[in-house]
Amino acid sequence: MRFRQASVLPGFGLAFGYTVFYLGLVVLLPLSALIIKTSSLTFDRFWEVVTAERVMAAYQLTFGASFVAALINLFAGLLVAWVLTRYRFPGKRLVDALVDLPFALPTAVAGIALTTLYAPNGLIGEWLAPLGVQVAFKPLGVVVALTFIGLPFVVRTVQPVLQELEAELEEAAACLGASRWQTFGKVILPTVLPALMTGFTLAFARAIGEYGSVIFIAGNIPLESEIVPLLIIGKLEQYDYAGATAIASVMLLISFGLIFVINLIQWWHGRRHGMRK
Amino acid sequence: MHSLHSSKRSGATDEPAWVRWLLTVAALVFLAFFLLLPLAAVFTEALRKGWDLYWEALKEPEALSAIKLTLIITAIAVPLNLVFGVAASWAIAKFDFKGKSLLITLIDLPFSVSPVVAGLIYVLVFGAQGWLGPWLAEHDIKIIFAVPGMVLATVFVTFPFVARELIPLMEAQGTDEEQAALVLGASGWQTFWKVTLPNIKWGLLYGVILSNARAMGEFGAVSVVSGHIRGLTNTVPLHVEILYNEYNFVAAFACASILALLALVTLAVKTWVEWRSERQMAAEQAVVHDH
Repeated sequence: MRFRQASVLPGFGLAFGYTVFYLGLVVLLPLSALIIKTSSLTFDRFWEVVTAERVMAAYQLTFGASFVAALINLFAGLLVAWVLTRYRFPGKRLVDALVDLPFALPTAVAGIALTTLYAPNGLIGEWLAPLGVQVAFKPLGVVVALTFIGLPFVVRTVQPVLQELEAELEEAAACLGASRWQTFGKVILPTVLPALMTGFTLAFARAIGEYGSVIFIAGNIPLESEIVPLLIIGKLEQYDYAGATAIASVMLLISFGLIFVINLIQWWHGRRHGMRK
Repeated sequence: MHSLHSSKRSGATDEPAWVRWLLTVAALVFLAFFLLLPLAAVFTEALRKGWDLYWEALKEPEALSAIKLTLIITAIAVPLNLVFGVAASWAIAKFDFKGKSLLITLIDLPFSVSPVVAGLIYVLVFGAQGWLGPWLAEHDIKIIFAVPGMVLATVFVTFPFVARELIPLMEAQGTDEEQAALVLGASGWQTFWKVTLPNIKWGLLYGVILSNARAMGEFGAVSVVSGHIRGLTNTVPLHVEILYNEYNFVAAFACASILALLALVTLAVKTWVEWRSERQMAAEQAVVHDH
């Protein structure tokens, strides 16, 4: 077995060598520094840092808010993708382009804009205040910020699948007597399900690590509205490198886990797709 | 309703008009609340006290030095990742080798790492207590709390953009055209410049625009390695944070509005590039059908 199959094209050695060298230098070497630094801690010390009360509260908020935000995006994203692929309305191209705004708008800008809107005297906040709902400086604010930054993921993974869905499938279902609602549930939804799950996981993964858009709106009250990335920064500012590294390595482990889940979904989808052919 | 009927579908595979209206309105209301309002808020807050104060805030020496530093960092980080992206996609898309999917996963890795963790790993390598810290201090080289560290953090967070755009594009294009050029006697570099590059130019531009937007707007990773030294290691996003925390809202939103404009330009160019590459593909397909 050879490492590479023969090809008449030149430049594999140079391109591959440079890719691996640059990847190693910029990404893998610094990431390994994190792992090595973590392993220099004793297990008891590591466990003490990553299970401290304040850290546990931060995990709970980060994962809880990320999950809720990804869930909102799952439904809203499917709705937006559906409307953008199926219906025609004035200004559709503009709306389609605007969906990518959270990718393009710097997170700090999104953070201060959302805070201004949802503060108790803000444009949206002052409508919610009489109802007893406070968004900014509360965990709910974290959910709002994470919903904003995760919005494009579900739309952009589901949209191409909906676009390529063959009309014949739906026609066949209709001919066989299915109602529109049945067709949606039994034909369309199963087809877009892998894309929906991938989009959900991507939005969730992005939300867990998010920092810039959250810190302004969260209020950052310990045990109540403090996210995990902020704890890492706090430890760094106190020169507690070991503590920062321990929490960061937990987050890195979770990121790796989510990458694995995404690959699993795609592999599962690929297998199902392959079997149908 | 003429303006709201679905395309290519009719009768049995269409929803009733009221369902279409309801879904469209619901989607648009959601997008208005979550996208349009925050965007509009940036500009209304920036101009709340009039144009004079707006310009005043942008002409501050600290704002100008933040803009300058942002441009410098982007001008270094984006070309570095551009060269990497082309090399990586050439190796991955044009050749078959073992461990290819592992390599792609590793290239995508920076997308899944929290920006704060991205900043932290460079502190662990180059910081005072880091691996190279003592050596760097001996030779009087500053990387952390200085511009080189901020460039490195920016390179990390924008790492996959170009490669990720180019790999699927080059895989779809295959190697037939390059093989033909080589058979006709072109050298490897000639083939790359005259055959491959024109084919991937839109994808390349797309990747560059996305890395550019992220590089100019990056906050978390750059914040960790910057040390927040006013006038020295402040980029525009970091300057926005400082102004906002000082309750100087007009100035904060004035600086934020430059970044929001950058985002709008990014979206406009992105839409244009998508439209161009769609047209190019349609034209190529038409040529194939004619023959």
